[in-house]
Amino acid sequence: MGTRDMMPSFELYQPDTLEAALDLLGRFGEDGWALAGGNDSFDWFKDRVKRPRYVVDLTGIEALKGIRETADGGVEIGALTTLTEIERSDVIRSRFGVLAEAASKVASPQIRNTGTIGGNLCQDARCWYYRYGVHCYRAGGNTCYADTPEGQNREHCLWGADRCVAVSPSDTAPAMVVLDARMVVAGPNGEREVPAEQFFIGPSIDITRMTVLEPGELLTAIRIPPSWAGARFYFEKVADRNVWDFPLVNIAAAMRVNGNVIEDARFAAGAVQCTPRRLTVVEEVVRGQPRSEDLARLAGQSAVRGATPLNYNHFKIPLLQNLVMRAVRDA
Amino acid sequence: MAELLGKDFVPPDVYGKVTGKAKYAEDFRADNMCFCRLLLSPMPHARVRNIDVSEALKMEGVLAVLTADEVPAQPPPAEPILTNEPLFVGAPILAVAAETEQLAQDAIDRIRIDLEELPFTVDPLESLYPGGPDARSEGNVVDNRLGGPPQVKRVKWTAADFAAAGEDKLPMGEPLAEWSYGDVEGNFAKAALVLDETFVTAGMSHHSMEPRSAMAYWQNGKCYVYGSSQSQSFVVPDLANYIGIPVEDLVYVAETCGGGFGSKGTAYPLMSIPAHMSRKLNGRPVMMRISRAEEFYLGYARSGFQGRIKMGFSAEGRLIAVDMYVVQESGATVGFPDWPSSGETVSILYQPEAMRWRGTSVFTNTVPRTAQRGPGHNQTVSITEPLMDKAARALGIDPLEIRRINSPDMNGRIGGERTPVTSCYIREALEKGAQAFNYAERKARSGQRNGSKVRAVAVGQGFHPAGFFGFDGIVRITPEGKLHIHTGVGNLGTYSHTGTARIAAEVLKMSWENCVVERGDTRKHLPWNIGQFGSNTSFTMARTNYVAAMDALAKLKEIAAMDLGGSPDDYDIGDERVFKKDDPSTGLTYAQAAQRAIELGGRFDGHEPPGDVNPMTRASVLALAGTGLIGAARDNLPVTGQPAAFTAGFIEIELDVETGKVEILDYLGVADCGTVIHPKGLATQVKGGAVMGFGMAVLERHIYDPQNGLPGNVGLYQAKPPSYLDVPSVMRADAVDLPDPQSPLGTKGIGEPVMGAGSAALLCAISEALGGHVFNRIPVTPDHIVNVLSGRGQSHRPLQVNTA
Repeated sequence: MGTRDMMPSFELYQPDTLEAALDLLGRFGEDGWALAGGNDSFDWFKDRVKRPRYVVDLTGIEALKGIRETADGGVEIGALTTLTEIERSDVIRSRFGVLAEAASKVASPQIRNTGTIGGNLCQDARCWYYRYGVHCYRAGGNTCYADTPEGQNREHCLWGADRCVAVSPSDTAPAMVVLDARMVVAGPNGEREVPAEQFFIGPSIDITRMTVLEPGELLTAIRIPPSWAGARFYFEKVADRNVWDFPLVNIAAAMRVNGNVIEDARFAAGAVQCTPRRLTVVEEVVRGQPRSEDLARLAGQSAVRGATPLNYNHFKIPLLQNLVMRAVRDA
Repeated sequence: MAELLGKDFVPPDVYGKVTGKAKYAEDFRADNMCFCRLLLSPMPHARVRNIDVSEALKMEGVLAVLTADEVPAQPPPAEPILTNEPLFVGAPILAVAAETEQLAQDAIDRIRIDLEELPFTVDPLESLYPGGPDARSEGNVVDNRLGGPPQVKRVKWTAADFAAAGEDKLPMGEPLAEWSYGDVEGNFAKAALVLDETFVTAGMSHHSMEPRSAMAYWQNGKCYVYGSSQSQSFVVPDLANYIGIPVEDLVYVAETCGGGFGSKGTAYPLMSIPAHMSRKLNGRPVMMRISRAEEFYLGYARSGFQGRIKMGFSAEGRLIAVDMYVVQESGATVGFPDWPSSGETVSILYQPEAMRWRGTSVFTNTVPRTAQRGPGHNQTVSITEPLMDKAARALGIDPLEIRRINSPDMNGRIGGERTPVTSCYIREALEKGAQAFNYAERKARSGQRNGSKVRAVAVGQGFHPAGFFGFDGIVRITPEGKLHIHTGVGNLGTYSHTGTARIAAEVLKMSWENCVVERGDTRKHLPWNIGQFGSNTSFTMARTNYVAAMDALAKLKEIAAMDLGGSPDDYDIGDERVFKKDDPSTGLTYAQAAQRAIELGGRFDGHEPPGDVNPMTRASVLALAGTGLIGAARDNLPVTGQPAAFTAGFIEIELDVETGKVEILDYLGVADCGTVIHPKGLATQVKGGAVMGFGMAVLERHIYDPQNGLPGNVGLYQAKPPSYLDVPSVMRADAVDLPDPQSPLGTKGIGEPVMGAGSAALLCAISEALGGHVFNRIPVTPDHIVNVLSGRGQSHRPLQVNTA
């Protein structure tokens, strides 16, 4: 067992420009840590499980804050924008409601007031064994405690197990996937854009990271194209508690409906694999079909094909099935 | 006619609480204070082979290391202060003091500790199986019933016991205790309906918002401890013992307590660590702040049950036979006897014609257990109330009706001894609640589905003992004309320190503005009172404050008769005067009488304390001697039977059959707490208790990895006590408000059954929404509900414990 609740010392840097922050993080490499709202970071620090020598506090960088409408009818959201700002933003509520809804379901009002969209998207796995500080695969060790016959893996994955069975804990990530958002990544070699779906990575790509971000890189903004603006949206999160809880399963959906026919759709689920799971099979099933109870049921059934439960999480199969059904039926 | 009872008041400590000025243990400061931190066991069971502190002690600012060898050993299975044989993950092995907390922790990181792993278990049944692991080297079961020292034994059931039960029914081997009355087998034989159910209730943390921090120093041979406890006087003897000093050398300050729920009812070994460390540092003040996660590791928890209950009903719904067996998960130390309460609860709530109860209590290498709000009682109703509904459904009887048929009246009896109760108005509570909740009309639409949601209406009951007797009271009337009520009861947060003090004011017909409640600090000279636990204060300390006030009243009359002629019986009181009945203008003010008491001395002003009070009370009375008219007495009022409190909870929910989520739409709790002392305080208990019950019913539980003994939910976000949005924004509370005839002013406790009623009502409603499916397990979480609705089995086996 590690220490609990006693933060060690570190050197704190508070740059006010992105360039300065990147310079610092580039210099510190593996010893550096980018800090935004702190809701994820401070837990790690207080338990002394992650012990960076240098912490770069990004919250002084004004350029990374705020929601800007773009000329093409989309929006660009600075990575340091708080979840509360997103939840309350008129433009996001009116055009990309699925994201406002997802943001409003994160944790608690207090956490949403300090928590940033960048932090919510980049947060680390919430597997309780990993958070406990055990030396598992994800922590650089050579075992998984959760994926064993007796492992307590109720919150873990249905798909994509690869030594690690942790899931994506984010509520906003599936919304970003269905909106075809593009993640703006800045690093020593300049800026690049990564589609949301490719931004998140599973253990088969890198078991110690949840995103494509390399040490020294930062998520600076999220660009949401106008393609799904004003679509019919659905977001639902099922958790044990209604506040301050991670999803057992969440679902985000965007649909273009003409008359009663679904012309196109995006579906993504959270907490069922290590990345938000784009449900392309559901999109195939519903595309071009009139909305109906039957279609909703079929869509739900299609969503869970191939799911491989662990010993304590098979409930996620009917739960995901029902959430997809509701998305098609109730959106 | 009561002037104060039944009326709201502003508790004197409430201003401090809402402004932040109230001091909790970690808010106290002393000159030159340093800090200590604990090194906690990373293993569920181990032996310390070697500790190397050399690197730690070399660090500048690190002051001392305190190990188990330097503190008084506690007789097993009592919880040690520090240990060389940690019995659970998080057991404190040593403490380090340093100039800052962070430095103390940095020093702990440099301590090299060599631990030898020992066998461990997190499942009582595994330990009871032949050859199964013992959580302690001394044995695996503990008879921890109150009233004698705990007895540790090694008990293994036979393989045949397990085989006879089959995998999913509780085997019932050798019990630690049993009782029975009536013709159990005969009544089962003639029962129209027999249920035989195996069940599991999860262990869960107390989650007191204030962790069990403590600060201590030594001055002029006395040890000063600022602690977090729900009790005051009751803590002192045991804490003095943990520190190794006589009671009179301990100054104990516990002004406010940020919640205990049973986990801070008595002294606990941990709170003595700063005192020991301070002694090592020549009396330098030492602050030990316990963190949220540490509070989970060593801050106690409720015991879980693995149990089995067979219930036989007549065709008319009368419970005529019960056979119950409970295996308690007791943690690795002495634990708390929740298990006997299971049988007592069933026997009083349903008055079965014949009943057998058996139980045992098994060590596991998990967090230490102690009482948690309704220990045993609330686990039990969470299981049996849905089973009463199951029987009602099978017999075609309304759930409220089957409770009416079986509920006790004033002649109710408890347990194998068939102990009578001092009072019982659960029938009246059910009746009052049914009317106020509009039960019949709402029940008629229970089970109706709207879209994916099913409405359900249900009722649940709770029971808990409600008082003790035989403790002491002290009141003091000063020459300024003020009534000081000295209470040793503690400040759990219920304000019963003041609620029960008002009983003394009521007896002496004092205006409340002229009353002062003295509490929270041994230097206030407090009487020997039992702790603030067990829903007892509104009975116990109602009696102590009553007898002390009656003693003061007698002295007032005696002094008046002495000075003004006649006999004491010729005098009455009113308007803070003692006066002649036939000539009210002849009399003394209380201030004058107090002055006369001081002049008279002896028993009047405390120089001669009563002979039958506790030494602590005697010392306090002597310390107060000469400051006024002292009323002091031991509660020798007669009592026959067990004070008992009940609650009926009425609930309406909506269950989403597609997500397994449950929304509570409405809740009403009706308390049988005797005469109501403090309506606002009562409403807070009824509603707050129900919220805690909702957490027990559908959210909170221990998770332990059986392979490593690691606890799975050490933070509030993982352990999931209910949040604001998990409970109705408006809840309702009411009371029967009928007096307990054995309490001088009719009052009795209520803090615990209010939780059981909430838990039971919610679980009954969930079963109702699911067409009668009974889980026989708490908590019932959305995954369990989804699994039932989708026709899947549960992930856990019926007897598995500590699972997600």
